[in-house]
Amino acid sequence: MNERDQHINATPSTDEFIKGLWRDNPVFVQVLGMCPVLAVSNTAGNALAMGLATAFVLLMSNILVSALRNFIPKQVRIASYILIIATFVTITDYAIQAISVDLHKSLGAFISLIVVNCLILSRAEAFAAKNTIGRSIMDALGMGIGFTFALFCLGAVRELLGNGSLFGWAVFPENFQAWIVMILPAGGFFTLALLLLGINAIQQKQKQAEA
Amino acid sequence: MKEESLWYIFINASLINNFVLAYFLGICPFLGVSGKMETATKMGGAVTFVMLISSVCALGIHALLTAINAPFLQLISYIVVIASTVQLVEMFIKKMSPALFRSLGIFLPLITTNCAILGVALFQTSKGYGFVESVVYAMGAGAGFTLALVLIAGLREQLEFAEVPGIVKGTALTLFIAGILSLSFMGFAGLGG
Repeated sequence: MNERDQHINATPSTDEFIKGLWRDNPVFVQVLGMCPVLAVSNTAGNALAMGLATAFVLLMSNILVSALRNFIPKQVRIASYILIIATFVTITDYAIQAISVDLHKSLGAFISLIVVNCLILSRAEAFAAKNTIGRSIMDALGMGIGFTFALFCLGAVRELLGNGSLFGWAVFPENFQAWIVMILPAGGFFTLALLLLGINAIQQKQKQAEA
Repeated sequence: MKEESLWYIFINASLINNFVLAYFLGICPFLGVSGKMETATKMGGAVTFVMLISSVCALGIHALLTAINAPFLQLISYIVVIASTVQLVEMFIKKMSPALFRSLGIFLPLITTNCAILGVALFQTSKGYGFVESVVYAMGAGAGFTLALVLIAGLREQLEFAEVPGIVKGTALTLFIAGILSLSFMGFAGLGG
């Protein structure tokens, strides 16, 4: 599906795809959708599942919003977007419950809370409502993968330091003293702050190099 | 359901499991409007108000949906109720205090997508709270949200005068403060008993 879409309008849509990965990364640069980012990133597995679920909802809502963009009256557009998003989140919620009850338990209410993820609504309003379906798909894929990547980074760091494992597999030798704080809420704030710091530093270097 | 005293529900929602610092709900307005003390207080008030109303409505909706056996409509109806309450508050504030309306800006309509509010509705449903418990829970959550917002705003106002390295400025700095606050809020865990 990707390749065909890229073929139809070659240059612009690859750019739509790539911008979400790094330049406009939803988490690191736009700082959108922080609640799930911090809340479920205590293990790499949870983070990955949450990222994929969000990416799925983002993709489906972008497609539908883009398809209906000429039919939705301007005054009620935000309400309509929210309804579209809530529908797909309900689908995702039931699907995850059917696939793995354990996963559903560990993510808890945060699957339902995808509805209020600012990232999805902002993509619907800022992009899908103004662009063709093909470009909206590319945008959603880029943003979704960028979001999942950021979530995974955070989850991997927190699980590695807080638990000494990755995806539940022990990585460090047994006498490794786990940093309990990384699993706790405070660890989420600290890890994200450090990641943002690193990204800021890299971007400043790039700017200096360009100047 | 385990019998819980109302006081415990309030302390639990506001301090021990603070919505912002322990559940990470409502981080967007938390990062966005916590720059000034005055805006932070009023934002906290608006959010608490919407929380109370939507919590009571959610209770009714839950009973109705259970009666007609349609739990899959829960999420959609909750979000519609919240969105309309926010619209109401927005019109109210615009009429009563245009200055406040301007200072809250884009963050007022964004209360709709404040996870803390939907969080209150969802958590109270899953905990099976009755009417009084739900109201107390929503009040506790709102108080906790306001407290966290005001604390951060106070710290950030002070930091305006501090010399901070360029790359730390902005979101990263706020997140560091939030992390330290979150650590100190863990001290309240003992209150649970």
